[in-house]
Amino acid sequence: MSRRILGPFNRVEGDLEVRIETRDGEVAEAWVTAPMYRGFEQILHGKDPYDALVFTPRICGICSVSQSVAAAEMLRAAAGIERPYNGQLAINLIHACENLADHFTHFHLFFMPDFARDLYRRHAWYELVASRFKALRGEGIPAAMEARARFMHLLGLLAGKWPHSLALQPGGSTRAVAAQEKIRLMKILNGFRRYLERHLFGDSLERVAALGSEDELLGWAEEAEPGKSDLRLFLMLSDDLALHRLGRTDTRLMSFGVYPQQKAPLFRAGSWKGGEHSTLHTAEITEDVSHSWLEGQQQPRHPFQGVTLPAADPATGYSWCKAPRLAGEVVEVGALARQLVDGNPLVEDLVRCSGSNVRNRVIARLIEIPRVLLAMERWCHEIQPEAPFCQRASLPDAAEVFGLTEAARGSLGHWLRIRNGRILNYQVVAPTTWNFSPRDREQTPGPLEQALVGTPAPASQREPVAVQHVVRSFDPCMVCTVH
Amino acid sequence: MNMNKTNAGGFNLLWLQAGGCGGCSLSLLCAESPDLQTTLDDAGIEVLWHPMLSEASGAEMLDILEAARSGEIELDALCVEGAVKRGPKGSGRFHLLAGSGRPMMQWVEELAQRARYTLAIGNGAAFGGITSSGGNPTDACGLQYSGERRGGLLGPEYRSSGGLPVINIAGCPIHPDWVTETLAQLAMGDFHDAQLDALGRPRSYSDHLVHHGCPRNEFYEFKASACEHSQLGCMMEHMGCLGTQAHADCNLRAWNGGGSCVKGGYACINCTEPGFQDPGHRFQETPKIAGIPIGLPSDMPKAWFVALASLSKAATPKRLRDNALSDHIIEPPRNRQREPK
Repeated sequence: MSRRILGPFNRVEGDLEVRIETRDGEVAEAWVTAPMYRGFEQILHGKDPYDALVFTPRICGICSVSQSVAAAEMLRAAAGIERPYNGQLAINLIHACENLADHFTHFHLFFMPDFARDLYRRHAWYELVASRFKALRGEGIPAAMEARARFMHLLGLLAGKWPHSLALQPGGSTRAVAAQEKIRLMKILNGFRRYLERHLFGDSLERVAALGSEDELLGWAEEAEPGKSDLRLFLMLSDDLALHRLGRTDTRLMSFGVYPQQKAPLFRAGSWKGGEHSTLHTAEITEDVSHSWLEGQQQPRHPFQGVTLPAADPATGYSWCKAPRLAGEVVEVGALARQLVDGNPLVEDLVRCSGSNVRNRVIARLIEIPRVLLAMERWCHEIQPEAPFCQRASLPDAAEVFGLTEAARGSLGHWLRIRNGRILNYQVVAPTTWNFSPRDREQTPGPLEQALVGTPAPASQREPVAVQHVVRSFDPCMVCTVH
Repeated sequence: MNMNKTNAGGFNLLWLQAGGCGGCSLSLLCAESPDLQTTLDDAGIEVLWHPMLSEASGAEMLDILEAARSGEIELDALCVEGAVKRGPKGSGRFHLLAGSGRPMMQWVEELAQRARYTLAIGNGAAFGGITSSGGNPTDACGLQYSGERRGGLLGPEYRSSGGLPVINIAGCPIHPDWVTETLAQLAMGDFHDAQLDALGRPRSYSDHLVHHGCPRNEFYEFKASACEHSQLGCMMEHMGCLGTQAHADCNLRAWNGGGSCVKGGYACINCTEPGFQDPGHRFQETPKIAGIPIGLPSDMPKAWFVALASLSKAATPKRLRDNALSDHIIEPPRNRQREPK
């Protein structure tokens, strides 16, 4: 039995440390530490509720728009208004652009470069992967980053800039779209579609979105050379390294649902465990601080009653992160959970065959891209340039409201109590707070802590590479985790 | 990255994230024509380590930091993103660099003594920024400023070995070009004291006001103001826009292919300035005394502004008055000579 401290992990957003205990070259137990605290909830106390629209996006540079969506939705509920549909469509487009850009950045910059490490040089796929994804040198990276930047012109147009926009308001969006600007938006979407079809998938978005089972996916992968499709290349190396057996969890999976449309959201809300779908009851969410460097609450509390206060005595606990639970249960969130809860047949089949694991998390993220881009094309067509985009919102002096959404990496919620027109309590529960939570008072480890058990960590590797794959498969955002 | 050839003629860059949101690094990734990697390569900048770009993780990364701290690697540019967390009680424990057991505050202090140039990336690293708002619970500060006060983590007298104070690329977030162009100038040996403004910001972008190139300028000239979000009028009178006071070239230089805050339909909140996080009023609303906005253009005599404003208001064409309150142009400009007689 030996103990190791791993970190800092780069190519994750923010600061992360992992402590592991190994037995026979495998992780026997893991403790996940979020080593930075910034105090957003303390800062927001006493402020004007509208100002949450300035502060909360700045919790996170990568989920900035998701934070805005949650805050604006929460204030919309407080104002008791409905948005003009144009405004909702613009918000959906802005939000979807950030989320897809995040999936895209994760794959190209954060996740794949680990397979271009020298230690894999004897594998058949190595040359191809290294030539495309080697950090700072891969030939695929400049073109991918240029495609990402051009895709984000959508944000320049609709949100002014990214990150940290104020275009998302309780009553809609601040930037009306003129008729010819719809054409510009479509050109941007077409440009990104072309990149995805040529390089990431090597096939049409419609074809990839329609893949309905693991067999169909693997059959599709055999159809063409991996050199012309990064997804096929990933499936090839994943098969070789058995990434479907790495980083497995069997916890409950949850999604808050996202992208409101006239009838139903594009992706529905709910939770899933062992084949059973359940309705989401947010009243069952609590946060436990028994292993956090926080104080002010003895028992787990619902976010409306939550306290975020740094502990005077840091001896107890091992992370600034709280331990959120749904009806007391550990929950994993992310693209895999979102697609599973929504009933995507491919993800359902993947999870049925091998659970939530490194490979399936990455596949779920990649196949979500065509599903969302196709919806973006539809939303763009639905914009009616002559109709309004925003309506006035006035907030009451007292309210208890929440706003839920999905960031690229999973479920995000804001809970707010307003008294005398000021913020009495503001609590944020972010995706990686769920995924990288510490133990709770029942000593139950969080999802990453569970996923790491059994991961190879040979003494010969200073930074066990399999641990890195597992960690990055969650696409963690540590700055959201502790805010 | 090959450590042996580090600094052999090149210009290297070490980028650390202190207590920020990562948004400046993500904005940097929006660099285009060419992309970031190509931009840095073309400028002869070698990335020693960057949290989103580099392969090295964990102990491999700590080796690089250690080598830079000991002087084994000569460090050209140290970029620090995000405010430095000095709390609780000056311990820096609110932000320990993972795997090292030491506060980021200490790493930054030590590496800044080695760096040829030290750059604060974003308003947080420059002045303390968003997390120093309100009661500043983590005792956040900038590298060489706490708000407008010189000092910060490194002290008022600090100069890097290249002879410059901390270069404050303030903004929340930065525009990618503000960073890549400053780094390229440094790498070329083409950046000097005189190119910094009174707050240590590169004058290349801070000599401008956000007002310069504002697409709503005609509305501003005639004080035809927006009253609600999504309306086209000037946002200074009611919507909290500080573009006439904010030092930046946001409307001269495209964000994400053509945007800016005001082009996105919302107020400039002056995010390149120390203290922007505590304006003393609701961000998206203009505070007024006797109907006159408090924050007028900074170098214009108030009486003149008020006189000119009332004059121009009296002369506002109906076209601008109507368009100002609409979310699209309802009345186009007309050419009188072509009007039917």
